[in-house]
Amino acid sequence: MNQEQQKEQQKKYADYVKEVTPTHSLPLNMAKAFLTGGLICVLGQIITNFAKSQGLDQEMAGTWCSVTLVFISVILTGFNLYPKIGKFGGAGSLVPITGFANSVAAPAIEYKAEGQVFGIGCKIFTIAGPVILYGIMSSWAAGVIYYILKIMEVIS
Amino acid sequence: MNTQSPARLAGSASIAFQTPVYISSCASVVGKKEGEGPLGDKFDLICEDPMFGCDTWEAAESTMQKEAASLALGKAGLAPGDIRMTFAGDLLAQTTASSFGIAGMGIPFYGLFGACSTMGESLSLGAMSIAAGYGEHILCATSSHFASAEKEFRFPLAYGNQRPLSATWTVTGSGACVLSGALPQEEIPRKTKPLLSDKGCVQITGLTTGKLIDYGLKDSLNMGGCMAPAACDTIYRNLCDFDRTLEDYDAIFTGDLGAVGQKILFDLLMEKGYDIQSIHQDCGLLIFDGETQDTHSGGSGCGCSASVLAAHILPELAKGTWKRVLFVPTGALLSKTSFNEGDSIPGIAHAVVLEHCPV
Repeated sequence: MNQEQQKEQQKKYADYVKEVTPTHSLPLNMAKAFLTGGLICVLGQIITNFAKSQGLDQEMAGTWCSVTLVFISVILTGFNLYPKIGKFGGAGSLVPITGFANSVAAPAIEYKAEGQVFGIGCKIFTIAGPVILYGIMSSWAAGVIYYILKIMEVIS
Repeated sequence: MNTQSPARLAGSASIAFQTPVYISSCASVVGKKEGEGPLGDKFDLICEDPMFGCDTWEAAESTMQKEAASLALGKAGLAPGDIRMTFAGDLLAQTTASSFGIAGMGIPFYGLFGACSTMGESLSLGAMSIAAGYGEHILCATSSHFASAEKEFRFPLAYGNQRPLSATWTVTGSGACVLSGALPQEEIPRKTKPLLSDKGCVQITGLTTGKLIDYGLKDSLNMGGCMAPAACDTIYRNLCDFDRTLEDYDAIFTGDLGAVGQKILFDLLMEKGYDIQSIHQDCGLLIFDGETQDTHSGGSGCGCSASVLAAHILPELAKGTWKRVLFVPTGALLSKTSFNEGDSIPGIAHAVVLEHCPV
């Protein structure tokens, strides 16, 4: 069997496996993600509004909102409740800041047994690491573009 | 003196034993979720604590395997010193659950890795050694733990994500068997419980060594699809090598193909002209209730086939419910690195022929 035939056969098998493998209903999952993500954002808005009503400005209120949401998420992760939200909400609970907090807290708990340095220290960002790395990289790239546009006086 | 050859080579990859290889005892230890499953009342020990009284998941798995091994020895009425050697394995990197688990028992030890097919591998090697006369008693054990496997292959437990419907649930469980060259003797004063009913006992009469079969699939969350071709190949070669038809087997047990893999296995074997639907069972589908336990495609892990073997298949064989069954644990041979580097996931399946032997 030459390589091409083999590739063709592999593709045929992959297609067949795809056909017999059940999948989650996409519209249902999207609805659940919308509901979960929406509720987290509503909670965030409530915290922001409350902070503002206490006399804080917009920026300070926003900071309080982030910090509170992260705190709640970490507590829920510690009590093993966040995976249940994640299972239901999918990307709806993954994308907001609470999902990011969960992805940092979960390895910290899991790798605690391997020590403060090689356990928690090395592995705390195993899931969040790519987000941090590529987040910083893309904001750097955006900064460069902004700088060039500013020199060219496209934007003021 | 026994002048008979211990075994006959059959076909291209099988061995038919001509000297008897008995399974003189077997034991199973599982976690809470497995204990709540359909086979719950058949396991020897169900541990409510997922940590098994230890501080880490890895230590928990070692303890579980050691517990299963000790129980099997106790049931056979043997001390660790009576065991000539052990073939044991698990899913952790460098198979530490087995080495740390068996270490304290002081039994000569061979560590194996065959992913979820390891119980088939250890029974095969154990049976060969017994038949060849390399030991009076040999211990075969494997284990897997949900939490240590998730940590090894996927995400930390507290990470919130969604598993696809094709994913399987790693069984927290361990199974151990003592293989012996002589018929198990019931010795009442020592409170033993060998694998022996008033109808008979269980013998390993043959085996077919699995080949690595790679159909190019790369989805580590669809293990059934990766392993089904290997199971199909091994079952097919077993039938050819021993010149048997499906009527010669009362049941065929695969390890952890799950619902998706089972469907694929049926289709693949149908292409070869064998319809095994009526006699096929999958340990991964037996151990959990997919409807209520939210395990998606079924159970998996080398503790899955091992604990179902020890708790369900072997005792029923001893009772004579079945006369001859084919036990085919299946394994997906991937590592985190090979998966990240984009390699496909080859499967393997080792077949062991188990027979009821009247006494």
